[in-house]
Amino acid sequence: MAKLESSFKNMLIALFGVTFVASASLGLVNDITKAPIAEAEKAKKTNAIAAVLPEFNHLGETEKMLPDNAKDSLEIYPALNDQGEVIANAVKTYSYNGFNGYIEVMVGFNHDGIITGYRVLKHEETPGLGSKMKTWFNDISKENQTILEKNPEKVNLTVSKDGGDIDGITAATISSRAFLESVNLAYNSLHDIYDGVTSATSKKGDKQ
Amino acid sequence: MNQWKNFSKGFIKENPVFILLLGMCPTLGTTGSAINGLGMGLATTFVLVMSNLVISLIKNLIPDKVRIPAFIVVIATFVTIVQMVMQAFVPALYESLGLFIPLIVVNCIVLGRAEAFASKNTVLSSVVDGLGIGLGFAFALTLLGSVREILGSISIFNWKIAEGFAKLFNPETTFAQGDGMLVFILAPGAFIALGFLIAIINRLNKTKA
Repeated sequence: MAKLESSFKNMLIALFGVTFVASASLGLVNDITKAPIAEAEKAKKTNAIAAVLPEFNHLGETEKMLPDNAKDSLEIYPALNDQGEVIANAVKTYSYNGFNGYIEVMVGFNHDGIITGYRVLKHEETPGLGSKMKTWFNDISKENQTILEKNPEKVNLTVSKDGGDIDGITAATISSRAFLESVNLAYNSLHDIYDGVTSATSKKGDKQ
Repeated sequence: MNQWKNFSKGFIKENPVFILLLGMCPTLGTTGSAINGLGMGLATTFVLVMSNLVISLIKNLIPDKVRIPAFIVVIATFVTIVQMVMQAFVPALYESLGLFIPLIVVNCIVLGRAEAFASKNTVLSSVVDGLGIGLGFAFALTLLGSVREILGSISIFNWKIAEGFAKLFNPETTFAQGDGMLVFILAPGAFIALGFLIAIINRLNKTKA
């Protein structure tokens, strides 16, 4: 078959045909992959929650809160035991002050406010330096380095360079600061919700 | 045309990365580890084969003046399909390749093959050409990724070399390996490693000829 001539009508038909078939096939693929994509994202989230918390029976209702002066809201996932009491909370927190900007961290706290675990969900830190935060603060054998089993109320969760109690990642102080900032933000917000019921209401009163 | 020659030219003689120096952006950006290089290479191969197939099928239906937009739409469709399928079934790989998947649309290898080969040849030759160039690209990316991973993080396909050998001789060892040469994981290392690989390949080609 000879090649179609470049007349206006032919060009219009050809482009319409190509885009029509393209959008139809994309719609079809989207239909097929929509459910698995949603599932994969949900599995990622529940895996992260399970990894940072001690054993629990089921998850309560997700709560979103916007701390004062914060850019973005945090997500709080309460974990309940068999009797339906809250035994721990996982908090999805963040910082915009990483070496390459945004980091997102899931941190688990038990009902005493002690950190039970954490997992870095999103980051763009330098590989081999800032990216070590995935494991650095997890090493329970290094007392000055880990944040596990510590209560941000009693321990100053800032890097030792800034007068805190945690040794930051070697050669990645900015990433360490951002990470600890996100953990502190999570703790303070959780604290406001639970212990500071009165202060929370008074704050609301102030605004009115 | 001899289909075997058509297929194998993509590996050495017309290797898109080492000889033609095309598609440098994903080459340098995604080869921090061997597995990322391989994933990126295979995704590109799929897009290349499918777009070559479709374009060689419809080449006579597309008027010359609108062939570029038509080709781009075909390529973009397959890239989006790859992206959605990856996100659904290999989310880990999807996350580490990130932005580079949608960027396959503007990869000059894909459009170059569509324009220079698929729009002038038969369906069979086009598919074979896409497969050869694509696998050549995947081979180059995996090689570059392996070199960078070995030097940069002392591991290959996420297998820690030093620790692996230590465990082989003494299963109870608590030896933990340190870091590699970080520069090879970072962008400058990509240029350095690629430069040396190209030099080696040019030398090999020379002795053969």
